[in-house]
Amino acid sequence: MRLPEPFAGWFAARGWRPRPHQLGLVQSAAVERRSMLLIAPTGAGKTLAGFLPALTELAPTGRRNRPEPGAAATGVHTLYISPLKALAVDIERNLAQPVAEMDLPVRIETRTGDTPQHKRQRQRSAPPEILLTTPEQVSLLLANPHAERMFSDLRYVIFDELHSLVTSKRGHLLALALARLRRLAPDLVTIGLSATVAAPEDLRRWLVAQPREGTAMAGLIEIAGGAKPDISLLEASERIPWSGHSARYAIPGIYAAIKAHRTALIFVNTRSQAERLFQDLWRINDDNLPIALHHGSLDAGQRRRVEAAMARNELRAVVATSTLDLGIDWGDIDLVIHVGAPKGASRLAQRIGRANHRMDEPSKAILVPSNRFEVLECRAAIEASRVGAQDTPPPLSGSLDVLAQHVLGMACAAPFAASDLYAEVISADPYADLDEATFERIIAFVATGGYALRSYERYARIRQRPDGLWRVANPQVAQQYRLNLGTIIEAPMLNVRLASRKTGNAGPRVGRGGPVLGQVEEYFLEQLTAGDTFLFAGKILRFEGIRENECLVSNAYNEDPKVPSYAGGKFPLSTYLADRVRSMLADPDSWQALPDQVHEWLDLQKGASMLPRRDELLIETFPEGKRHFLVAYPFEGRLAHQTLGMLLTRRLERAGARPLGFVATEYSLAVWAIADIGAMIGSGRLDLVDLFDEDMLGDDLDAWLADSWMLKRTFRNCAVISGLIERRHPGKEKTGRQVTVSADLIYDVLRSHEPDHILLQATRSDAATGLLDIRRLGDMLKRIKGHLVHRPLSRVSPLAIPVMLEIGREIVSGEAQDAILAEAADELLATALGDQQTGPDEP
Amino acid sequence: MNQATYRAAAREPADDMRQSEIELNGTAAVCACEGVLYLPGSQLLAVSDLHLEKGAAFARRGLLLPPYDTAATLSRLNAAITRFQPKVVLSLGDSFHDRTGSAHLPDLYRTALQALQRGRDWIWIEGNHDPDPPVGLDGECCREFNVETLVFRHEPLPRATTSEATMAAGTAGAGTAGEVAGHLHPVARVVRRGKGVRRACFATDGKRMLMPAFGATTGGLLLEHPAIRPLFDPARLVAHLIGGQRIYSIPARRLAG
Repeated sequence: MRLPEPFAGWFAARGWRPRPHQLGLVQSAAVERRSMLLIAPTGAGKTLAGFLPALTELAPTGRRNRPEPGAAATGVHTLYISPLKALAVDIERNLAQPVAEMDLPVRIETRTGDTPQHKRQRQRSAPPEILLTTPEQVSLLLANPHAERMFSDLRYVIFDELHSLVTSKRGHLLALALARLRRLAPDLVTIGLSATVAAPEDLRRWLVAQPREGTAMAGLIEIAGGAKPDISLLEASERIPWSGHSARYAIPGIYAAIKAHRTALIFVNTRSQAERLFQDLWRINDDNLPIALHHGSLDAGQRRRVEAAMARNELRAVVATSTLDLGIDWGDIDLVIHVGAPKGASRLAQRIGRANHRMDEPSKAILVPSNRFEVLECRAAIEASRVGAQDTPPPLSGSLDVLAQHVLGMACAAPFAASDLYAEVISADPYADLDEATFERIIAFVATGGYALRSYERYARIRQRPDGLWRVANPQVAQQYRLNLGTIIEAPMLNVRLASRKTGNAGPRVGRGGPVLGQVEEYFLEQLTAGDTFLFAGKILRFEGIRENECLVSNAYNEDPKVPSYAGGKFPLSTYLADRVRSMLADPDSWQALPDQVHEWLDLQKGASMLPRRDELLIETFPEGKRHFLVAYPFEGRLAHQTLGMLLTRRLERAGARPLGFVATEYSLAVWAIADIGAMIGSGRLDLVDLFDEDMLGDDLDAWLADSWMLKRTFRNCAVISGLIERRHPGKEKTGRQVTVSADLIYDVLRSHEPDHILLQATRSDAATGLLDIRRLGDMLKRIKGHLVHRPLSRVSPLAIPVMLEIGREIVSGEAQDAILAEAADELLATALGDQQTGPDEP
Repeated sequence: MNQATYRAAAREPADDMRQSEIELNGTAAVCACEGVLYLPGSQLLAVSDLHLEKGAAFARRGLLLPPYDTAATLSRLNAAITRFQPKVVLSLGDSFHDRTGSAHLPDLYRTALQALQRGRDWIWIEGNHDPDPPVGLDGECCREFNVETLVFRHEPLPRATTSEATMAAGTAGAGTAGEVAGHLHPVARVVRRGKGVRRACFATDGKRMLMPAFGATTGGLLLEHPAIRPLFDPARLVAHLIGGQRIYSIPARRLAG
């Protein structure tokens, strides 16, 4: 096919030819009216392709049936939804140019959280042809009584970066919004734009309404990747550390790489790694290269300045977390350096791909592992990239807390019949398997909390009218819904304000009035006392105290900050990379590709203990100090290992091994005990097969879960998303008297009185795939059945050293808290304080 | 999770760890791990900031918190009363989370509360959340209550200056010596080896006391907060933290390790 005018002329005037996928999309979406998924690497003209069907349709007449003066305005023609508001703004700019050049009669507008009120109102009364927005704004618009008028003419919905949306609760909310859009405009066509993923079928199902029986899928256009990226491991002559995440050994190498390139983008996994790396680079930056720092907690003005300088090509390097992300124009980056574990092959490919916006040139990347196991992981990622393997996580089934939020929003839009809404909800792919009974419970939850003790009937938020339709009880409910909307729950944050330190008669005082450097999590500050130093915004800061909901800090000049803030990455190592690492360990021939010191490390392990086959789980036991250790190497990520460690400890306690504690890393876990675990296994008193049996995921798990802080944190998120407790808004935090509700306490009360409450069910199923990673642990226990190998050793093995070094670094868990209190109280007994009139009166 | 923790979880507390026996402005008092203060001399059990019907109070505003907080609070109160068998129970204000709380109290809970009141005197101190007497419940209502050398009131008074304190010495009811108050929900934070733990606590410098909030879903305010810090003599301030099954008594200056 050919593009119609003026498009054909516009392409020709620039000496371009429409690419086949651009033509294909116009044919399928505009001519055949089929929903489509377009998978293409960056630089392939994906975004323009996405808009072409809509633009060709709008070109001849502009607004279809342009209304007579006084007639009702026509609704939005095309909705574009992006995960980032910056991306929506960027697209507006990029799209405005061709639209202006072709003189298309099309109005394009953005709508984000920053859009002023008067503009929002105008968008409702006179909608633009093309509206560019974010998922939350779509839900907000749909919860409005005017939603039907605004969207009933909708022809296209374009989802950008669809792969990054579908794996989160945000994607669940968006899927429900799409189901509603389809009801308002049954003929709409969806177009999904995505990077390469492991299972395109997941996205193709997501894009279209699912029938009650069987499945439906959008069409697919897939463009093979451009040039393969050129990825290498950083060559370092320094010793690669056993454990830790600082990558300090590699700083000279990273600096040399920056010097040898035009502009380098340096990705790290966590904010505190970014802070530390930035600090370390400037310490050796003798050439005063312009190196900048960018992460989500920094002040927004500061971030905008870095992005602008980047776009003007004024920087040589930017150290960034993933906030500087997703297809925004950053100028000429010719090198990506990835510090730390890549975690997943697709994740790495997407990060690298973002740097290079020209499809046909290879992107260049250097991986910098921060410890020896990460060397293996990096090597596995490089090989995965060579064969183009993908390991994007599968989408999860729809969360119930998100559904509760959506149900309330739909009641705000218009009264609904439960059966109609149920039919609409299950047409969304994530909710296709939702049963009607659960849906009814969600309605009851939204109405009165859904408690067995039905004492809130009179406080219902939604009520059933005599005709059976559900409506909101009063206008405040809609107001509350709008304030609570969204699925992204930030940890409570405090502003960090720089203040001067003054020395006066009354000793040093802290002045006021310095700049705000950014925000930091409240829980991190909880651990600090005045005088502690920490890294933030590229500076070493001294914590002075908290005043009126701000954290006051002053400049400190010590070399080493006292308090590290590393709390581990959020994402576990992908199962795909884990499998590759295991097969690498099992195959000594592949060690040639590893740095010498890592190669030698594995050789030593082979001599001292063994290296398991790919399908085996190696379990080593050995004494160390006065303790007996059991170390296992499942390679399933820290979260799954933590859960496993807790369960093993319970079982070892029952078996009489007297375990004392455990520590988990991404790759392995260690349990230590008073009894000789190795001897117990050898004598048959302890059966390894029983110890690692899948049945640990039954009663033991339930018993432990009850008190787990991870479950409480998960509950808090579910409680906010579902509207049970209010979202905390910046500037409205607790003041003076504490009357805010504590999610932890609510959890305790609910669990002891109604353990089967729908929100606790939602919490448990979230935790199973989130913080506890039970699903992955379950898969692992199945896999290793019959493949356990035990090596009793007389001393620690080379492979065990990294996990042994982690002991003592772990974060304090719920159960450990009483121990800390006891320690503090018992110090008193030891020092026998006699001067305390009100001191403890203990024997 | 380390060595200490695992053992601590399994350990049964010794009886004498469940409470801390102190002298408060000359009166013998017991800070109990149930979160109550007991005066053996007058057989009086004091409990502060019950915040009954907090869930319902939020529900009235459209936040449907679990309706079980009252049940949880009453069952813990029952346990404390069973252990100490007091002649007098004093509820130190904010007994109900809002003004309408007592009027709308479900019968189930009203009956349970009346059973606890049977056979003993009951004193409701007025709080800022519940300035009116509870509806349909027995008990004496007052702003302040004097017993032995102590005076119970909901909101603490600002700390007296030295001269005032000297003048007021020994006369309970004047100034802040002997004051037992609630209202502020004191919480102490203990930091050891870079790890912090927060717990509700009794805060006292030997002259006056802030009681922990008893309600099942009440949060707290750190001792360092400007609303609490100026109330006490910092050198003598001790926090009696409420642990799982015992009281941990730690001087304020040693909380941070």
